[in-house]
Amino acid sequence: MYEKDGEKYFVVDGHTHFWDGSPENYNKYGKMFIDCFYGYHSALSPEEYLWSEEKFGKYTEEDIMHDLFEIGYVDKAIFQPTYLLDFFPKGFNTTAQDAVLAEKHPDKFILNSSFEPRLGEAGLAEFERKHERYGFKGVKLYTAEWHEDSKGWKLNDYWAMRYLEKCRELGVTNIHVHKGPTIRPLNKDAFDVADVDHVAHEFTDLNFIVEHVGLPRLEDFCWIGVQEPNVYGGLAVAMPFIHSRPRYFAQIIGELLYWLDEDRILFSSDYAIWQPKWLVEMFVDFQIPEDLQGEYGTLTPDIKRKILGLNAAKLYDIEVPDEIPQEAPVMSGAESAYPESPL
Amino acid sequence: MPTEAAVLDALSGVRDPELDEPITDLKFIADLQVGGDSVDVRLRLPTPFCAPNFAYLMAYDAREALLAVPGVREARVILDDHHTADEINAGMTDGRGFESTFPGDTEGDSLEELRNIFRRKAFVSRQEKLCRTLLADGNSPAELAEMRLDDVPSSEAKEKYLSRREELGLDVSVEAPFVVDPDGNRVPEEAVIQHLRFARVTRLSIEANAGFCRGVLAARYPDAAVLKEEEVAL
Repeated sequence: MYEKDGEKYFVVDGHTHFWDGSPENYNKYGKMFIDCFYGYHSALSPEEYLWSEEKFGKYTEEDIMHDLFEIGYVDKAIFQPTYLLDFFPKGFNTTAQDAVLAEKHPDKFILNSSFEPRLGEAGLAEFERKHERYGFKGVKLYTAEWHEDSKGWKLNDYWAMRYLEKCRELGVTNIHVHKGPTIRPLNKDAFDVADVDHVAHEFTDLNFIVEHVGLPRLEDFCWIGVQEPNVYGGLAVAMPFIHSRPRYFAQIIGELLYWLDEDRILFSSDYAIWQPKWLVEMFVDFQIPEDLQGEYGTLTPDIKRKILGLNAAKLYDIEVPDEIPQEAPVMSGAESAYPESPL
Repeated sequence: MPTEAAVLDALSGVRDPELDEPITDLKFIADLQVGGDSVDVRLRLPTPFCAPNFAYLMAYDAREALLAVPGVREARVILDDHHTADEINAGMTDGRGFESTFPGDTEGDSLEELRNIFRRKAFVSRQEKLCRTLLADGNSPAELAEMRLDDVPSSEAKEKYLSRREELGLDVSVEAPFVVDPDGNRVPEEAVIQHLRFARVTRLSIEANAGFCRGVLAARYPDAAVLKEEEVAL
């Protein structure tokens, strides 16, 4: 919970990790991967929140509990596993790794899992067993994950659709989608989010949360968000712009409020890439710059409350304390007539 | 013998297709050596996992640009610190196309479709930027819809817009309508505002992405750190 200027905010961090990216657990691709993450961390964090590479590779239970819950204002954190078994032999951040903490602190963490469509029928049974064991309500899918000869997959592949049917059957309703750069065929755009459109249209009873709001394809993501009411935007990666590039952050939030709405945007830190403490503090203090307000309107405490926690609470049936106001009027001076996509 | 300035000038014509900015401005040139009639360039990118297709396109375009400089007979472009550096560098050395650089990993018509998608995005984005300035100068959306290209005052932004427009093979003659979609169809007056609304998020996406890439590159290679003033201007 965070309180400022008499306003209270319930905080759900929609995207957190407890990873092992240490040298003992990476191969040459794993090293590149954690270096990449460290680059994001050092490029966009305020100086006082910078970690050493060593700590960034593997941090402790004490670190995560402290950063999220003791100082980070987080009421509930959602674990989003990223397996990357081809890069990190023991797994980067698997359901089982996350479960150790989630089961120790059931009031703090929400454990999500994942599936690997390229394991076919056998993986389907394994996924079901995993669900029986952990009882998760959401999965995080990294479609750029390597597996044997395959360098990625699409949500509308035959087997991916079969797994989504299984999600529907098991009541796994929150599908977090993360796009990455190496997907084959290599001559196509790896960040293309068109497959999200396809499955969101097909599985209207599932929620598709596109991580980092489709960036670097924000425009394509917004376009899909307009068509499909069950598509949400996770703010991982967009959030830290609030510090280093606040005008871009303002415009990104403004566009999301226009094309989606305030009910379909979810706060996330992507811990440990960034830390919720400064993100929450800056977001609550944030306002659209005056010269952009004509285009984007303003952010009210009610909108911030939804983004910081209430929207995720709805998706995950999280009980919100009574002291948090939940009725929120519609904001933003934005009209809602949508043009044809010019692309 | 080619001068370093002539070589740099040629490289400044090579753009990151995704970010729509010159690779020289983005500080992707790690090193440049001119020796007699041969040139060696090293390219660097923000992360080892930057998309291989764009990495290849930049290396390929850089090599083509170098070979077009008068006096250059040999040009080597080497990509540093990238997960597909070995493949791309071998492909460049042997002058292979993308398909044979990554055998079995491509489908269909090589990289042209990808290039075209990003040319369209760049065009839409440059048009929005220009329209934004014109609107700020007091033109109404209805007036924009009526403008021909020669009604648009000359500026650097207009030059960039025209070059993106030309790359798409669209009409750039003075009497051609100014506000057109990426297929060259004139956008009617009643659709201009909405057209620009979508164009705006396209421009924002490209610019935000470029900002992110700049920051990550600077974190990886401290000498690429951008000036604060430059950032503020963005």
